[in-house]
Amino acid sequence: MLTKVHRIVILFALALCQAPAWAAIDAYPFPKDEMRQQYNSLIAELRCPQCLNTNIAGSDAMIAKDLRREVHRMVLEGQSDDDIRAFMLARYGDFILYKPQLRAGTLVLWFGPGIFFIIALVVIFGMLRRRKTNVTALSDQDQERLKQLLSK
Amino acid sequence: MSSLNKSLLIPLVIFIVLVAILAGGFGLKDPHFLPSQLIDQPFPDFSLSELNDPSRELTASDLRGQVVLVNVWATWCPNCLIEHPELLRISREEGVPLLGINYNDDSSKARQWLVRHNNPFQFNIVDDKGKLGIELGVYGAPETFIVDAKGVIRYRHVGPVSRRIWEETLGPIIELLETNPDGLKG
Repeated sequence: MLTKVHRIVILFALALCQAPAWAAIDAYPFPKDEMRQQYNSLIAELRCPQCLNTNIAGSDAMIAKDLRREVHRMVLEGQSDDDIRAFMLARYGDFILYKPQLRAGTLVLWFGPGIFFIIALVVIFGMLRRRKTNVTALSDQDQERLKQLLSK
Repeated sequence: MSSLNKSLLIPLVIFIVLVAILAGGFGLKDPHFLPSQLIDQPFPDFSLSELNDPSRELTASDLRGQVVLVNVWATWCPNCLIEHPELLRISREEGVPLLGINYNDDSSKARQWLVRHNNPFQFNIVDDKGKLGIELGVYGAPETFIVDAKGVIRYRHVGPVSRRIWEETLGPIIELLETNPDGLKG
């Protein structure tokens, strides 16, 4: 007999076994394996404009489906990754690329975290150094008071 | 002691500035709003049939000649039904040609929909594969574009058109473009 706990454990184990179901929505034919690889990597790196944080491979949205079809078409036409990215960028802007291009408008995005990290390091070292120099000996008066307090 | 207090304030000031920047960048804006890449670009070329007269071939040149409002709609789109009364009013009262793009839709359903809810559009471009939509950077419906007399996209509105949107945004922009075609540059 299975106890309730056993059943729950088995259910969890089964849930873990499940393979991720994304990217299996439409099956496009490819004459060459390289084209299929190119397609798969492109749809994984293009962001679905409708759904905020899913790539077009993982989205069921209509626009994601249309964009997958366009990527498929361009891959079959022999366009390069950069051509296809430029096509998407011209229509949907930086949002479409999970890895934004390096331009004046995206500088903060690329270097902001590093700059903040450096600022943080400078501040921390500054504080540590000041803490060291700030430690001064107690004056005679304070020493006297300390003794009194400790002896109470 | 007072210098220590001041230096303690620095992180607080940095924190407040950061919160303000992040709130402006992420929090307060609608994350669904994507700026259009196509502002001040010519309306993309296309060759598609007309919804009620499939033998008629429409191209980008059909948009040229005067300022027009181009509305992307579909029967599957609930917000299109919400904005529909306002589109009907604009077509009746405002004198700006309203053109439709029937986006990713079934044409026979779309024809029935226009009969049932009335047709505010001078003509409808059948974009049943969503290809013109991609050229326009459309990612949902409804979306509304203002295209000037030269066929250049001058404004894009995402979401339903309301009386308020017309009065505060679309109407004034159209009026400006009609009186001064080169205004609103940039």
